[in-house]
Order: sequence, then structure tokens, then C-alpha cells
Amino acid sequence: MLESVLVANRGEIARRIIATTRRLGIRSVAVYSEADADLPFVREADEAVPIGPPPPAQSYLDADAIIAAADRSAAVAIHPGYGFLSENAAFAQRVLAEELTWVGPPPQAIEQMGDKINARNLMHRAGVPVAMGSTDPVTDAAAALAEAERIGYPVMVKAAAGGGGIGMSAATGPEALQTAFETARTRAERFFGSPAILLERFIERARHVEVQIMGLNDGSVVALGERDCSVQRRHQKVAEETPSPGVSPQLRESLLEAGLRAGEAVGYRGAGTVEFLLDVRKQEFVFLEMNTRLQVEHPVTELVTGIDLVEQQFLIAAGEPASFSPQDVRHDGHALEFRVYAEDPVRFLPSPGAITQWEQPAGPGIRVDAGYEAGNKVTPFYDPLLAKLCVHAQTRDQALGLAREAVAAFRLAGPKTNLPFHADLLTSEAFVSGDYDTSVVAGLRP
Amino acid sequence: MAEVRAEMVANVWKVVATEGDQVEDGDTLVILESMKMEIPVLAEEAGTLAKLHVGEGDVVQEGDLIATIS
Repeated sequence: MLESVLVANRGEIARRIIATTRRLGIRSVAVYSEADADLPFVREADEAVPIGPPPPAQSYLDADAIIAAADRSAAVAIHPGYGFLSENAAFAQRVLAEELTWVGPPPQAIEQMGDKINARNLMHRAGVPVAMGSTDPVTDAAAALAEAERIGYPVMVKAAAGGGGIGMSAATGPEALQTAFETARTRAERFFGSPAILLERFIERARHVEVQIMGLNDGSVVALGERDCSVQRRHQKVAEETPSPGVSPQLRESLLEAGLRAGEAVGYRGAGTVEFLLDVRKQEFVFLEMNTRLQVEHPVTELVTGIDLVEQQFLIAAGEPASFSPQDVRHDGHALEFRVYAEDPVRFLPSPGAITQWEQPAGPGIRVDAGYEAGNKVTPFYDPLLAKLCVHAQTRDQALGLAREAVAAFRLAGPKTNLPFHADLLTSEAFVSGDYDTSVVAGLRP
Repeated sequence: MAEVRAEMVANVWKVVATEGDQVEDGDTLVILESMKMEIPVLAEEAGTLAKLHVGEGDVVQEGDLIATIS
């Protein structure tokens, strides 16, 4: 096993990774920006190294600062978490060149999946269904119009190098396309440093369903079930669950099979997620993208399988077999995750500020992955995720009941939070019935 | 005179309007950035943009004055 790991991330995910290092007796090194010095993950690591001022470019995205921190703390491995440098192939390559262990997939797999156009083409060749769309980058508005004519409206416009829903929008006709194209291009340049745009056929009633895969050291790829992530605002996930209430056993089998094929096509190792859009009306799915890292919502998979996914990442990075045997994986019960964001619960606008009260629910079937505690300050520099409230029970109904109690018991004061939104979601007919799609949030907040 | 204020702690990412501009209700004056999100700050009434109190890169606190429309 690895002797030590530097966690190149912050907040709840850094803390969650450190929890597994403690359990396994791995020495942990946290890195932190000036804005995060008082957060729990800094204190809970065996060692913590300051890496710079609050803006991400000068701290969590600063590859030199992170490599220097690894040197200084003599860490032998780097776990990137999600976001920041986790899907940066050049950084992964650099970590390996420094003779450190990269707790992630081969840099080549990151690169192949990082460009969405390339990923689409690759998946198509591997026999994974993709939506009708661009096979080459769309460079100007005129080309976008021609491409949209070919694909047929409505179309989705997005950044080829993008992620997290940033700059993505749907267009129902040529006029809307013009605006969508300009928005996507501006944001693509700004957030991802590449203006390449792609167009895809837009599915009107869709569920977002993803498959957790794990590439093992013997070259095989295992699928650890699916997660439904259709509860989204601004194309970003707010709540997730497994199993998906919209997937039949037969459909699940084809989804998991497609997930495996996607992983095998890029020689995947470690934890990864293959995202699909499921057309509710046609009961067909298409490849959306692959996240070559640990996913935010991985806890729901851990709750139903009993497998610690971070532990598997460490084992695989160390060249060892996984701790579970693929044929013995069982999915027990139903799990949901609710992302607690520092944002107002109606318009979903960010709400940074000092946390004056933090009392989180606890008890059987409840798991809270928290990044903060009372006395901490939520700053405007990073994403608004405060904590992930997860529940696990035998049936979906029981899990929903547990979630209602847990949301009501979560006492958080200071920044505004979206807990009231979760309370509404948990009593909405669409969500409770399980028959919902990616428009469910818009339906609750018209 | 109408005052446009910041709704939250944020960085001023982009200044869109210029002092002296004629603005309509709903026009974007500046774009703030907070928690990885862009938040456009809009004129709440029509008039002349008399003063812009922020520049690109500034940090604003909740309630800070961003613009004055006369």
C-alpha cells in the first residue's frame, strides 16, 4: 500500500479522502490556500502545507506549488479529488515524471476523454451509442448554423473542453443558436482555455444516468451500478440516487455494458464515471461524457455496495488488486445524496458568508460528508458545496422518509443554503414518484 | 436616482456599461463572479448611468454600491 498521499483538493472531498487514509494507516498531506486555513480538512490531515493565495489559479490549480508541497512533505502519491487538476492530463503526466504515484487513470485516458468531440468519436467507434452531433470542432457561427441544420433542432451547444455544465445551452432555432454559440464560445475560452464548440441533438425529456466503473490492474473493467443525477439546476447536479427509479433491469444491463465498453476503449484504470442521457420517451440512451476521476456523488454507490471507492483508488494506484471480488458485488437497498449548497433556495444565487451554526443530522442510514463546521467562513473563491447529505435504507420510500427527517434536522446558519429547496423536492410529486427528468427543478422553481 | 447594490460577496469580473450610457430596465451593467458563477447586475430602471462605483477585479461586499442611475 502507499506510504503517504498528498490530497490536492479542499473542502468536503479532501476531508473524505483523508478519512480513508486514516482508516488504512496512510500518512496524509493536505494543501490549502490562505482562504481555507481554518477548514476541518487542514486540521485532520497528518500534515498541511500552505500553497498560496485564495484564487484557484494561485493555489489549487498551481501545479508547481503542489509538486513543491509534495517534495517538502515527502509524499509519495497525489490524489487530485474532483475538479481543479483532477482531469488535467499534463498535470498527471508531470506527477508521474516527478516519480510520484498518480491516484487516477493513465494520463492518456484523461486526454482522450477530456476533449468531448474526440470522446464522442471514440465511443462511436467502440460501439457505445452517441447522440447525433459534431465530429469536428465548430469554429464560427455560420458553421454552427449549418451543423444545426444537419443535426436538426433543438440542439445543445457546449464547449468541447468543458465540463460542469458551464457555457452549455440548448437552442430551438437559428436565432437562439446564435446567442447560444456566442455564450458557449466566450465561456469555453475563459473557463477551459479552448474555443472549440460542439453541437449535439438535444433530448427534450431526458434523465441523466451515469455508470460507476473501476478499471482493475489485471486490465478488466468492473461496473458498480448506476446513479441517477437528473435533479439539476443550471446543468449542475443537486441530488442523486441509486438505483435509478427510471431504469428497468433490462435497460440497466445495457447501460452497465456500455459503461464497461467505454472504459475498456481507453484502457481505463481506477475510478471513473461514464455519463449517459436517457431519452425517457424512447427508452434509449446516448453517451454524454466520461469523468476520469472520483465523482462528487460517489457516496451513494458506496452506501449500497459497501465498497470504499477511495480505498480502491489507492489500491489500484499502488498496483494491487481491489479489495472486493467483482462477482461478489451486491447492491443493497436505496441511497440518495443531497448537495447542500451555500446559495439562496429560490434563485440559487451564491451566498458566501460566516457559518454561525452547524448541527448536522446523524444516525443509522445517514452519512454527511461535510467540508465546513461552525466558525468557518464560506468564501466566494470556490464552488458553493458545503456538505453532501446522504441517506441509505432498504427501499426508496424509506430512504425518502429518512431524508425528510435529516434535511429538517440539519441546522445551518450564516450563509443561505438550499436545504429548503431539498425539503420541497422531497415532497414534490414528481420526485417522490420517481418519474422525473432533468426538468424537475425548473418545475419546482418556475 | 436609483442605486444598484451587490447582493453578495463577489469579484467584479466584467464592467459592461460605461458612465454616461443611457440604460434600460434590465440592461446588464457589470458581471460579478462568486463561487464559480457569473452573476449579471442589472439596471432596475431606465435612465443615465451617472456613476459606476466598481472596476474590474474589485471585490464587493453584500450591499456595496455598484452603480448610480439618474
